[in-house]
Amino acid sequence: MELTAFIIKAIIILVIFGLTLLIAMYSTYGERKVAGFIQDRLGPDRAGPWGLLQPLADAGKMFFKEDFIPAQANKWLFIAGPCLAMLTALMASAVIPFGSTLRYDGIEVAVQGVEANIGILYIFGVVSLGVYGIMVGGWASNNKFSLLGAIRAASQNISYEVAMGLSIVAILMMSESLSVGSIVAQQHGGNWNIWYQPLGFIIFLTCAFAECNRTPFDLPECETELVGGYHTEYSSMKLGFYLFAEYINMFISSAVVSALYFGGYNYPGMDWVYTQLTAAFGDIAGHNVATLLGTAVFFGKALFGVFFFMWVRWTLPRFRYDQLMNLGWKGLIPLAILNILITGIGVLFIQPSLTAFLK
Amino acid sequence: MQQLTNRSKQVSNKEMTLAERIYLPAIAHGMAITIKHFFQKKVTIRYPEVKRYLGPVFRGRHVLKRDADGRERCTACGLCAVACPAEAISMVAEERQKGEEHLYREEKYAAVYEVNMLRCIFCGLCEEACPKQAVYLRHDEFVPVFTERDQVIWGKDLLVEDMNNRYLREAWTKEEAHAQDLKKAAGAISHVEPRAIP
Amino acid sequence: MNPTLSFFYFLSFLTILSAIMVVVSRSPIHSVLYLILTFFCLSGHYILLNAQFLAAVNIIVYAGAIMVLFLFVIMFLNMKEEEEKFRGNVTKIAAAIVGGTIFIILFGAYRKTQVGTYNPYEFKSQTGMVESLGMVLFRDYLLPFELASVLFLIAMVGAVMLGKREIGERHF
Repeated sequence: MELTAFIIKAIIILVIFGLTLLIAMYSTYGERKVAGFIQDRLGPDRAGPWGLLQPLADAGKMFFKEDFIPAQANKWLFIAGPCLAMLTALMASAVIPFGSTLRYDGIEVAVQGVEANIGILYIFGVVSLGVYGIMVGGWASNNKFSLLGAIRAASQNISYEVAMGLSIVAILMMSESLSVGSIVAQQHGGNWNIWYQPLGFIIFLTCAFAECNRTPFDLPECETELVGGYHTEYSSMKLGFYLFAEYINMFISSAVVSALYFGGYNYPGMDWVYTQLTAAFGDIAGHNVATLLGTAVFFGKALFGVFFFMWVRWTLPRFRYDQLMNLGWKGLIPLAILNILITGIGVLFIQPSLTAFLK
Repeated sequence: MQQLTNRSKQVSNKEMTLAERIYLPAIAHGMAITIKHFFQKKVTIRYPEVKRYLGPVFRGRHVLKRDADGRERCTACGLCAVACPAEAISMVAEERQKGEEHLYREEKYAAVYEVNMLRCIFCGLCEEACPKQAVYLRHDEFVPVFTERDQVIWGKDLLVEDMNNRYLREAWTKEEAHAQDLKKAAGAISHVEPRAIP
Repeated sequence: MNPTLSFFYFLSFLTILSAIMVVVSRSPIHSVLYLILTFFCLSGHYILLNAQFLAAVNIIVYAGAIMVLFLFVIMFLNMKEEEEKFRGNVTKIAAAIVGGTIFIILFGAYRKTQVGTYNPYEFKSQTGMVESLGMVLFRDYLLPFELASVLFLIAMVGAVMLGKREIGERHF
């Protein structure tokens, strides 16, 4: 790779990484604010203006807590647990296209970590690895509650991964590509997948909630039954990493949802804006500004997704565990298969006849 | 069974309809309720900056009153200390000397008068017990937050009323307070203003 | 040495090391974790061979699903390292004989095999990609592929049948 392209790519990756961390950090603040607002309160407003320094205060508190490792715990795995959780959470954003391309000095670089042929499979692989952080941490704590919480989390994740994969198959059948970049590019011009796949979207969203261990599926950390779930024994920044990984996962899954179903960086009236900008700033600068605008739109969609996660958390009560499993195996998987069948019929028969009719 | 309120709902175990089993309409309904609350006016009062008026009969910090000429009313009879259920009040009595008539109204006065604010339960029994109408619990000021133990025991320097900032309670009953509120709303500003003491 | 080759050697070293650790480590949990690491290294090899689909599927299926179930079972068993049962000499000798025989067979087999060569001028980089893999699977090998899926379906139905509570069985 040429040096300029390499440098641009490195900058893009660093910025995306930093933004992911920043968003995860402010999600903790946002969560408390949203919780407050929904409950007619104000939420944190003491640290800095509107409480904007609250995440820093929380991080400071986390760092200065005693970093405790239980005597009977498996020390290395106890430390490896949160590391794995953070690692897998951060890895997933590599293939998400945050924007179209940036032009500089005759080189065109995509605003994306890696343009992989198998992008969506990569995301799945990384998400399925997210279980290990939880399981390893829960087992290494040498605590029955931790172990039970970890096993709950893991079995929930595995069960819902199946339905999630099946719901995505329908999208793959429509777009005929595994690359997230081309899936997003195909949704140009208001041609969003949500219009074609409403059922798949609902299944995917439900599974995303379950994968992130968020309400209404937050059974792994049910206080009344399991104390704190898999992070019962964790303290200080190790606990912080677990919580942080949850928020990163939330952001990543919102980003994936908006890339797969809401057109990613596409927005209505995009072409008009593009021509206006290129006319105003010239070809290269206009293109770059348009791309950055698209990236901002993408982040807006993803952040709305994060808000939606919080909104649901402060609205719905939690499922019972057997209800959760029934919903996953008996509800969502058959629905996802049905969705695949419908999509197959649509792609094979309805779409050709429709296009023939319109011609 | 007779319904006590119209908000209670009879529980039934009947088979759920399809719309109920899909669960999505109910979720949408709940989400609509929460988003409505999201944009509603918040009930929080940001305490140190904004204080709410607690009413004319609120019992806050103590004050040792002076009379119209600025003389201390307390005669150190000790009835307040006896009445105090928490034994928060202690005092040392002394005889008034010649030439001190402008300082103390009675012939005996409290040289030391201390209230332990950690013990005090703000019941107001000292107020009731006082035969000279000397001790009152202010309705407009609290005992502020303290960080040192010796800040808790309040001596006469903090308790005795400042003549430049006299403590006057205008309303004594609910009705009077209501009338006063009406006056306030009409624009006749009262000087009863809640504020923290130094 | 070009970077791909050195990366290959590094990955191979890591693969073999973690594979040895699977056998050597005393705690079964550690064995499973080393096995996962081995799968990762194998995925790395697939990527070096430009077979991205296989790499991803290897991680999703083996590391993401099957090993999690392994971990599940082992965590529930609550094995302690010091509670290892004493194994008699007969077992040890039998194990040595079996293992040695397998090793000799494999060694002999691999010594005779011809390692396939390839012509770098005719090499197509797209061979391992999803598209060509799909073409091969659904055109040339459609019947075996579908038969394999039927086999999996049968296994699934069988598992459900075994796991199902029979009438009159006690509820826990």
